[in-house]
Amino acid sequence: MEHIRTPKVENVRLLERSSGQRRISTGTLYLSATHTIFVESNPDTRRETWVLHSLVSGVERTPSTPAGSQLMLRCKDFKVFQILIPQEKDCSDVHSSLVRLSHPEKYSELYCLSFNPSVNKEEREESWRFIDLMADYKRMGVPNNLWVTTAANSEYRVCDTYPSEVFVPKSATPAVIVCSSRFRSRGRFPALTYFHQDTLAAVCRCSQPLSGFSGRCQEDELMLQAIMKSNPGSDYIYVVDTRPKLNAMANRAAGKGYENEDHYTNIKLQFIGIENIHVMRSSQQKIIDIGDMRAPSMTDFLWGLENSGWLKHIKAVLDAGVFIARAVADEGVSVLVHCSDGWDRTAQACSVASVLLDPYYRTIKGLMVLIERDWVSFGHKFSHRYAHLDGDPKEVSPVIDQFLECVWQLSEQFPCAFEFNEHFLISLHTHVYSCQFGTFLGNCQKERRDMRLSERTHSLWPQLWEDRAEYTNPLYKAELSQSQAVLRPNTTPYCFKMWKGLYNHMDKTTPARQSPADVLSAVREESQQLEEELTNHQEVPPGGTAHHNHQHPGSRQGIPHTKPLHTLNAR
Amino acid sequence: MEFSEHIKTANVEDVVLRQPLHPPLRGTLCITGHHLLFSDREEDEGRSSGQVLLLLRNIDAVEKSVENLLGYSGLFSSPGHAERTSGSSGTITIKCKDLRVLQLDIPGMEQCLNIARSIETLSCLDCVSEMFPFFYRPSELNLQDQWGLSSPEEHYRQATELHNRWRLSSVNRDYSVCPTYPRAVVVPREISDDMLVKASRFRQGGRFPVLCYVHRKNGMVIVRSAQPLTGANRKRCKEDETLLQAVIGGSDKGYVIDTRSAQQAQQARMTGGGFESKSCYSQWKRLHRHMERGKALQESLIKLVEACGDESSNMDRWLSKLENSKWLSHVQTALSTAGLLAECVERDGRSVLVHGSEGTESTLLVSTLAQLIMDPGCRTLEGFLALLEREWVQAGHPFQQRCAHSAFSHARLQHESPVFLLLLDCAWQLWRQFPLALGFSEALLLRLADEAYASSYGTFLCNSEQERSVAGVREKTHCLFQALLRSRHRDSYCNPLYERTELAIWPSVHPQSLQLWRGFFLRWTPQTRLLEEAQEEIRNMIVEWEKLVMS
Repeated sequence: MEHIRTPKVENVRLLERSSGQRRISTGTLYLSATHTIFVESNPDTRRETWVLHSLVSGVERTPSTPAGSQLMLRCKDFKVFQILIPQEKDCSDVHSSLVRLSHPEKYSELYCLSFNPSVNKEEREESWRFIDLMADYKRMGVPNNLWVTTAANSEYRVCDTYPSEVFVPKSATPAVIVCSSRFRSRGRFPALTYFHQDTLAAVCRCSQPLSGFSGRCQEDELMLQAIMKSNPGSDYIYVVDTRPKLNAMANRAAGKGYENEDHYTNIKLQFIGIENIHVMRSSQQKIIDIGDMRAPSMTDFLWGLENSGWLKHIKAVLDAGVFIARAVADEGVSVLVHCSDGWDRTAQACSVASVLLDPYYRTIKGLMVLIERDWVSFGHKFSHRYAHLDGDPKEVSPVIDQFLECVWQLSEQFPCAFEFNEHFLISLHTHVYSCQFGTFLGNCQKERRDMRLSERTHSLWPQLWEDRAEYTNPLYKAELSQSQAVLRPNTTPYCFKMWKGLYNHMDKTTPARQSPADVLSAVREESQQLEEELTNHQEVPPGGTAHHNHQHPGSRQGIPHTKPLHTLNAR
Repeated sequence: MEFSEHIKTANVEDVVLRQPLHPPLRGTLCITGHHLLFSDREEDEGRSSGQVLLLLRNIDAVEKSVENLLGYSGLFSSPGHAERTSGSSGTITIKCKDLRVLQLDIPGMEQCLNIARSIETLSCLDCVSEMFPFFYRPSELNLQDQWGLSSPEEHYRQATELHNRWRLSSVNRDYSVCPTYPRAVVVPREISDDMLVKASRFRQGGRFPVLCYVHRKNGMVIVRSAQPLTGANRKRCKEDETLLQAVIGGSDKGYVIDTRSAQQAQQARMTGGGFESKSCYSQWKRLHRHMERGKALQESLIKLVEACGDESSNMDRWLSKLENSKWLSHVQTALSTAGLLAECVERDGRSVLVHGSEGTESTLLVSTLAQLIMDPGCRTLEGFLALLEREWVQAGHPFQQRCAHSAFSHARLQHESPVFLLLLDCAWQLWRQFPLALGFSEALLLRLADEAYASSYGTFLCNSEQERSVAGVREKTHCLFQALLRSRHRDSYCNPLYERTELAIWPSVHPQSLQLWRGFFLRWTPQTRLLEEAQEEIRNMIVEWEKLVMS
């Protein structure tokens, strides 16, 4: 609380901007330890706007106007708020308070450590068990006679950014694992991430080898051999280096690099060309700028889109996933994926591949499991990448944004293949940044354990699961998943669009736009109800009331106002 | 039949057909006066997919490549003439106006060349009376059935709220006043036919201002015309001024929306055209919005289709080609100009005169879209078709000239311009932004796009009502709009989510809100099939639900 210079300012005007939709209201501004709260003074509405400090990415003072001083709040979920404060001094106080509050320096300042929903201790502990990764490995059929768990990394002895429990080829001895890990950047040795039961091919991940120009490590070579041997259907593996080849070559000068095909027998090396986190950060900034343009012409927009390079990068990530999925499903060849440290591009490529390969990851629960596995457990640096704490701005990059966008692009291409809708992906995006839950805090499993997050914070997953009705795609066809187990997307450039829903929030408070999804959800729900009722009625003896008129409105007029309106208001 | 002189080879066996989304087929190719017919060998298995019937008129370009295998046959066998021809073969690539691309592998060089020549000739016949609609006699339709949905007379009769201030004039009964207008038009009551004749001489092509829409909520109207012929000498026409004064009646102001830039309008004076000057039309405020037309629009379409056919995986190249085609800019301009027009009428409560130069292109585009935005009556399936009939067919959009060729043609461009396609694209953007407000489906828009370029029906034949009357279109062909409404596929032309709203539907013209019309431009890709399946799923859900509600 010591950072709040002024807790309350009256007669403030708030301008909320989202894609051409603008609304101005007058009211009172409050600063709390966790939120900026704006309460409209209009007694009829008293509308409240809450902005989480941890979601604020920037506070700018824009030149004063005769009406007062202006502040611009830019949020990590791409919303923009403009605040007009009558007194210069108030504005300056609010500004300096917010600058400090939006840049927490310690984990203890984060919202999740004070967020306290009304659940008891047992419920909270239960909430951390909601996603069970071992159950998912079991679902894909491991451990088996090809892949086993290893105790090598218990207590994070071999690799401190890996989970303590990982799956490795059965023939890989602890000695091989340990030596291989010493030959890999940050000790991130090859480990299983997805096992494809139909072909017995596997997706494994690691970091770059510390080969330099000529270095080699026999155990690491054995490790790759072991991965190949764990796939009886193939006599080679693909090593997918997701970096551009030039970058990988440049790394050799620093004693790192990529696998030398002369030393590793039976591997096929493939470069994909996903750019590094710095390129991605500036690319995303350009696409945010496009959203900020007042009234761009079509030419400005398309030129800006091209110039940002964003869709090109999204395509590169998706192409990486497609390559892996094809290798595994169509060729039956196992794939080892890495980039530099194996926690950014590798996470993207592996998780996109899993979405393509396995319909389970296209369900609401499945996507949670996937993110928990490929991102949370395998040590994606959430706190650094999403600037949870004030730190090195060069560490920040929209890595998971790109994964979520790939899933969105896929859902646009396959409208019936995903159980969740766009809101789900946007919610996930918001929570990655918001620090309301402990799920994405820290940079690896060890850090989370050391912080005792499961005792001090809540897990996001059960919360999302509870709201799943809101996140369900009414067009989802579960039975289609059987016939279309592997998705084969088209990655021709014309298949990609700018993700308007994420980069340009529609103003949720204006009257609901015409949403087919709302109508369809309502229709689906009512159909189910009617079907149930019909079944019940038919149990009534003949001559009973089996076919009397229902109370349900025969006109569609009634439909959109039943359930969807309620959910819209709640949002 | 005289077509036979163009057909040297009518049948070829053992042809391989490659078409998008289907495996290649081997079978018999047959050319008739109006169609290309292909049927595969496995007919006896009862598979219908093996039949392709293509209207020759649908073919935009034919490309042939002949592989001459003479050298080989000369080496390996006695070089008899028959063997020479059978040793060679050719491939014909057929590019259609619906953007489908087909390939035919035809054995025998001579046959291949014959077929290609026949297609080239028969697909571009100019004579209207030889076109397929005059030969199309499906059993379910009768030539005595009603032709068209409504006539200007009937339309006027039903719009009783007009009768006070507006009358139906038959001054054009023999098409002598304005050759591109219908026989009957609606004009202000106090303007006599004599005055109309005089006013018509002051407007290009005789297209004097006529009523096209009255907004029931406030009685304001949309009137359309061609540009005034003020010329370099700033000529005036009292009758034209009186006519426009009568349009706004007691109101003190009206708007002229000129679909040219102010500069273009100025320049038009040098060639005898012009605009309504402030001094002569003091009650009217002129707004200029530059809309692309003619050749530039056609070139835009060609560039876009070329970009969509580029399968390379370079994102920068795609975005730059998409931008460079300018098609989406044209969509944006059309929708925003229509939005401006609707704003003048609905929000500002003013009557509007809209014109460009000829008044048969962008003028119609804007007036049609504005009606879709404002009038719920135009948003039903029947209402939309009736709107197209009034504002495009009867109002004299020169379909035959504009839709003679599409994006693939190698022929020198003459009068081709995809204005109607642009309208359908804009209607699609509206449909996408307001998925519940329009009663028709994307399938209808696609069908209309096809029919405008190649049709079995007479509706889009010729360039005006006069030409249609001379050719006997009404008597000798069937009407597309009637056929669509009676079709057994009618359901697929309706929007299952439709729910009438009385509100205006204001489109967003922000570039992010406008999208490439995949359904049309990328129609023959598997991805579009997936989107169609989703639409099908929506339809099924609604049908199921309705069944349950009824039970």
